[in-house]
Amino acid sequence: MGQTLAEKIFASHLVEMPFENTWVLKLDRVFCHEITTPIAIADLVERGVDRVFDPGRIKAVIDHVSPAKDSKTAEQGRALRLWARRQGIEDFFDIGRNGVCHAIFPEKGFVRPGYTLVMGDSHTCTHGAFGAFAAGVGTTDLEIAILKGVCAFGKPETFRVDLEGSLPAGVFPKDAILAVIAKIGVAGATNKVVEFRGPVVDAMSMEGRMTLCNMAVEAGGTSGVCMPDATTVDWLWPFIGPAGEGEFASKEEALADYSRWKSDDDASYAGRISLDCSALEPLVTTGYSPDNVVPLRTMRGTRIDQVYIGSCTNGRIEDLREAAAVLQGRTIHPQVRGIVSPATQAVYAAALEEGILETFLKAGFCVASPGCGACLGMSNGVLASGETCASTTNRNFSGRMGRGGMIHLMSPASAAAAALAGTLATAADVAKGLSAPEPAKQEGTK
Amino acid sequence: MKELGGRLLFLDRNDINTDEIIPARYLNEDSKLALKPYLFEDLELPGFDRTTSLPGKRVVLSRANFGCGSSREHAPWALEANGIRVVVAESFARIFRRNMYNCGMLAAEVPARVVAELFDRFSGTDTELKVNLDSMLLRFEAKETGALEAPLSLGGFELAMLRSGGWLDFAATRY
Repeated sequence: MGQTLAEKIFASHLVEMPFENTWVLKLDRVFCHEITTPIAIADLVERGVDRVFDPGRIKAVIDHVSPAKDSKTAEQGRALRLWARRQGIEDFFDIGRNGVCHAIFPEKGFVRPGYTLVMGDSHTCTHGAFGAFAAGVGTTDLEIAILKGVCAFGKPETFRVDLEGSLPAGVFPKDAILAVIAKIGVAGATNKVVEFRGPVVDAMSMEGRMTLCNMAVEAGGTSGVCMPDATTVDWLWPFIGPAGEGEFASKEEALADYSRWKSDDDASYAGRISLDCSALEPLVTTGYSPDNVVPLRTMRGTRIDQVYIGSCTNGRIEDLREAAAVLQGRTIHPQVRGIVSPATQAVYAAALEEGILETFLKAGFCVASPGCGACLGMSNGVLASGETCASTTNRNFSGRMGRGGMIHLMSPASAAAAALAGTLATAADVAKGLSAPEPAKQEGTK
Repeated sequence: MKELGGRLLFLDRNDINTDEIIPARYLNEDSKLALKPYLFEDLELPGFDRTTSLPGKRVVLSRANFGCGSSREHAPWALEANGIRVVVAESFARIFRRNMYNCGMLAAEVPARVVAELFDRFSGTDTELKVNLDSMLLRFEAKETGALEAPLSLGGFELAMLRSGGWLDFAATRY
């Protein structure tokens, strides 16, 4: 019987099984940010074990509130910063050199096929796009991961998702993952690794694969995974080739080595669905659950107050390009606030160089600093009660972006279309010049 | 070992998420106890009122996929800061469930029909839960409605976490 990618990674990293179905794994990477790590650090100090298992395998970033918005978040940043210094963690990314954890760590080449990694953040599943097992954990698991370099998991069951056909024009990886979540539900893959396969994934960039894997947790998944291939090697080449660590002399060599981290053809799966992506259209969530998904055209005319383009789901350069293509040469609706937060400093710089930031600025967007910001309602775009946001983020939970706010999740192209129309609309609607219904005069305006 | 059991808080809904348990705007608190006043601040549920529903409660009863969403361990911490160390539900999100056991707290999965019977028969009453780890039994009891027993199904890891008080002490000596 063949093995899945997850089973291969578990078998190769097993430290022990202290109990049935309890796999204690050796970790290749432990990622840290300033929200969930400081309490772990404080506890380690209190226990008299202010140490790390390997400073080279630990990477840290300030990303949730950047720059700090108040004294409390400044303290959290400082706790992480001082800890990184005293523990000799060289890969610490402070304000100005930072970005959303699930964008900056892949950008730096820290994730490789076959790796195990954890982070105190549920969207850690993103990194599985590189053929790694990447799981979000709580602070206690993080604390032991920092100290001992191990973490415990249940058995590595896999839920396979075959994305067949090809994505039609105007339909993006975000639409595909929303369709998957709608199909299997918010608990459809609980305790399972979600393996994305098929021609749509094969043709997808690493950015697109990260968008897919990022939202695996919204279906309950432990990690998303994609099979490592030539696209993976291309992304990693600056780090693994002669210009980097020199691990491989040629891309072919790297590809041959990484192919051991593919699921076998006769592997067995705990669940499986396939989805014909050729039939997809732009999608949007409604209500407060990410599996509550409808065609965007059915929500046309829903008035919005804010558009948010960014986050670990859709704040990468491809996402910004996709939105800018819709915005190009236009200005957003006068009653809409547009906020774009490039996911990292490098994305910000690339967007500047490509003229994308100019497109956003001329359209009337606020360009916010890289960070998690409004996605979880901590800073940079919190909603007032009763307001609605067209957002490229990953969770539409009640209150998530601010108490009493409503979040509609969608692709960057659809969010840009909403910014122009002032209502939910498809990019095709906007291109056709379909005019939106005139928004009602807001209270208090003369 | 932490004390497990006591009076029930009935939260009759699927998918109660971590943002509802403890909103992200309080993730800048630097201690677990500081989370106490904010538990369930964004939870909107008919009949639920934080000021009157929470006091004296030691156990949460809910439906499917409790604790979905974020990895924040602030969710179990906020529960514990309010004296709640047990959640009984049809099912849990993985990270929340693991966080509960890592803290030496009980996330008890019971069959949907048991959960349904508990909501049908016991909601509105003062229901007490007694947890017996030796006989692996949950016993729910209220004056008005009598008792209901349900088997507790736990793996070796979960039992070890409850008995040792959590993953820190277990892992510290082992790895």
